[in-house]
Amino acid sequence: MSILDKLKQRLVKTRENIFGRIAGILQSGAKIDETTLEKIEEILITADLGVSTTQKIVQSLQQRFKKEKPEKPELLFHMLEEEMEKLIVPIEGVHVEKKMDGVTPFVILIVGVNGTGKTTTIGKLAHRYTQQGKKILLAAGDTFRAAAGGQLEIWAQRSSVEIVRQKEGADPAALVFDALASAKAKQSDVVLIDTAGRLHTKVNLMEELKKIYRVIQKQIPEAPHETLLVLDGTTGQNAIQQAKQFSQAVKITGLVLTKLDGTAKGGVVLAIQQELKIPVYYIGIGEGIDDLEEFHAHDFVQAIVE
Amino acid sequence: MFTELSSKLENVFRKLGGRSTINEKNIQDALRDVRVALLEADVHYKVVKEFIDKATTLALGQEVLHSVSPAQQLIKIIHDELVATLGGENAPIQFSGLPSVVMIVGLQGSGKTTLSGKLANYLRKKGRDPMLVAADVYRPAAADQLRVLGQSLDILTYTPQEAGSNDPVKICRDAIDYARQHSKDTVILDTAGRLHIDDALMQELEHIKAQTSPAEILFVADGMTGQDAVNTAKEFATRINFDGVVLTKLDGDARGGAALSIRSITGKPIKFIGTGEKMEAIEEFHPERMASRILGMGDIVSLVEKAQETIDLEKAKELEEKFRKNEFTLEDFADQLKQIKKLGSLESILGMIPGIGNKIKNLNIDDKVMIHMAAIISSMTKSERAKPQILDGKRRLRIARGSGTSVQEVNRLLKQFDDMKKMMKKMGKMNPNDLMKMMPFGKM
Repeated sequence: MSILDKLKQRLVKTRENIFGRIAGILQSGAKIDETTLEKIEEILITADLGVSTTQKIVQSLQQRFKKEKPEKPELLFHMLEEEMEKLIVPIEGVHVEKKMDGVTPFVILIVGVNGTGKTTTIGKLAHRYTQQGKKILLAAGDTFRAAAGGQLEIWAQRSSVEIVRQKEGADPAALVFDALASAKAKQSDVVLIDTAGRLHTKVNLMEELKKIYRVIQKQIPEAPHETLLVLDGTTGQNAIQQAKQFSQAVKITGLVLTKLDGTAKGGVVLAIQQELKIPVYYIGIGEGIDDLEEFHAHDFVQAIVE
Repeated sequence: MFTELSSKLENVFRKLGGRSTINEKNIQDALRDVRVALLEADVHYKVVKEFIDKATTLALGQEVLHSVSPAQQLIKIIHDELVATLGGENAPIQFSGLPSVVMIVGLQGSGKTTLSGKLANYLRKKGRDPMLVAADVYRPAAADQLRVLGQSLDILTYTPQEAGSNDPVKICRDAIDYARQHSKDTVILDTAGRLHIDDALMQELEHIKAQTSPAEILFVADGMTGQDAVNTAKEFATRINFDGVVLTKLDGDARGGAALSIRSITGKPIKFIGTGEKMEAIEEFHPERMASRILGMGDIVSLVEKAQETIDLEKAKELEEKFRKNEFTLEDFADQLKQIKKLGSLESILGMIPGIGNKIKNLNIDDKVMIHMAAIISSMTKSERAKPQILDGKRRLRIARGSGTSVQEVNRLLKQFDDMKKMMKKMGKMNPNDLMKMMPFGKM
C-alpha cells in the first residue's frame, strides 16, 4: 500500500470524526461558531502552519462562509482545503525534470541545515533520474561530517552511478570544481551536489556555500540549474528562517520536504511559500530508495485536514 | 536574535505599562500575546492552551505586587511558571551497574550520533571511562561516522564490524561484555534513528532495552522540531520510557518550544542541550535560560526579581492602606525613597526594561535628587515629619542647612509631597509605582 493510500484510509476515518463533531453546528447561521473555528485553528496550528498563516486562512474561510453558507461540514472542509491550496506556489513552467532535457550537465545543488536528509534525498534522486535514463554523477560535497562521503558512496552503489569524493576535511569548493570538470568530460546528464549541513545562522558556513556556488558558476556559467533546499518536515516555524537565510546566500529554486512518513505535516512550507514564492518539488516519505514523490498540492492539504 | 518576540512583549508592556492597576481584561489581553509568542516558538497547541489557562489563574489569583509594575509582575508569573514546567531541579544523568549503560534514542536526523560522541567526551571529563557502540545498522555509513568520532576523541568504539553481526540487539548485548573485557565503566549505545510509528523498529528498541538494562535512556530531539514533537515524544515515552531528554541544534535561532511540549507531555526532565557540531558543544540544561529563550525576554525577569527582593511586601501593603486612608506621611515618603535606592541606580533599573534601554541616554536622570530628598526628610524632627504644616520659614532654613540643600529644594519637596497627597485623595488607590513617576528624576 502506498503512503498516500494509507493516508487516505486514515483520512476517511478521522474526517468522519471531525464531521460528526461539528455536524449540526453549521445550521446555526451566517457565522462559523467558536468551537468549529477553534477546531480549525487547532488543525492548522498543529500542522505547523504558524499563527499568521493560520489567521489568514481562517479569515478568508469566514468570509467565504458568509457568502456561500455551506450546509454540510464536508463543504466547509472543502473550502478550507481550497483556501490552503491557494497559498501553495504552483510549479511555474515545467517541473525540474522536464527542464533537464537538452541541458548537459544539468547541475542540482542540494543545501539545508543538519539532519534534514540531504544525502538520503540525493540517493533517491539519483535513483529516480537513473530510471528516467539519465547518466548521473554525484559530488560528495559534505567533507565535514564524519563518513558523510561514505554514506553517499553507498547510495551511489545502490543506483550504480558515479561519484566524486575526497578525504574528510577537503575543500568542498575544490571538490565541486573537479566533479563538474569530470561531469563535462564524461558527459553526465545530471550532477547532484551534496553539501554539508549547516545552520543558517553560521555566517562562515553560509559564506562557504556562496563560494561553492561561485565555483559552480565558474565551471558552468548557467549552473547550478536548480538549487534545492531540503527541509525537515518535522521542523516548526524555524524553517521560515532557514528558507530566508539560505535564499539570501544562494538562489533557492525549489524545496524538498522530507520525513513526511511520520505524523508531522510540514505545514510551515505554506508560510515559506507565501513569503518567498519558492515551489516544493518533492516530498520524502521514507528511507527506501523509492520513497520520494513529486509534491501535489491537493494531497498535501488533504493530509493536513486529515 | 529574538527581536520579533521582544518587540511583541514590549507591546504587552506598553499596553499595560501606563496602568496603575491591572484587571482581568488586561491580563487576558497580555496573555493573548504571550500565547502567540509560545505558538510561534513551536510549543504545541494544547500545551499552550493548558499553560495559558494555568497562567491566567495564577495571574488573577495572585495579588499583584504594588511595588512593581503590573506588567513586569505578569511577565514574571509567566516566566516562573515556564521555568517550573520546564523542570525546576537539575536532573543529572544516572549510572548503575558495571558497565553503566546509556542508551540514545530518537528520530532520524535529530543528532544522536553527534550527541553520542559529545556525551562520551563529556563523561570522560567527569572522570568516567566510556565506550561508544554503533547500533545503527540501517543508515549507510552510520557506524563509520561513530567510529571516526570515536577515533578523533580517542574513545574505544564498538561497531557491527567488531561484533561480526548486523543484529542491533546482539551488537548491544555483546558490547557490554566487550566493555567489561576492556575495563570500561560506561557504555553509550547509539541506536538507529526511527519513526515513532515504525512498530518493528520500536520493538527493536524495546529488545535492546530489555537485554542491556540501561541506567539512563536519553531521547534526543531536534530543537527546531515543530508541533509534532509531542507525538514523537509521547510514543517514545510510552514504549521505551526514557529517563531524560536531549535537545539538539540549539546553536541556531530556533526558539526551542519543543522543550516545553516534550516536558509537559512526558514529564521527563531535559538533561542536556546540544549547541554546535564540535565535540565540546554539550551543556547541562538550565530551565531559566530555556524559558527566557522561548519567551525571548532578556533581562526583565532579573529586574522583577531584584525589585521583589528589595521591596518589602509588608511595607508596600501598609503603604497602600495609608494611601487609602490618606495617612501617608513624610516618614513613609522617606521609606519609599530608601527602597528605590536599594534597587540600584535608576538608570540601570530603567535600562533593564525592554524598549526603554536605548532611549534612556537622553533622559538625564539625576540620582542625586533622590539622595537630596532623603537627606531633607532625615533632617526633620519626628513631629515635623508627621505634621509638615508646622514647617515655617525658620524650620525650613534649619532643615536646608542640616541636609546640605537649599530652602528652595525643601520647598519643592514639600510641594511635591502635598501634590502627592492631593492626588492620592483623588485616586484613593494610588500605588508606590506611580509615586515614583511623580518624583522629579530630572526631566522625565
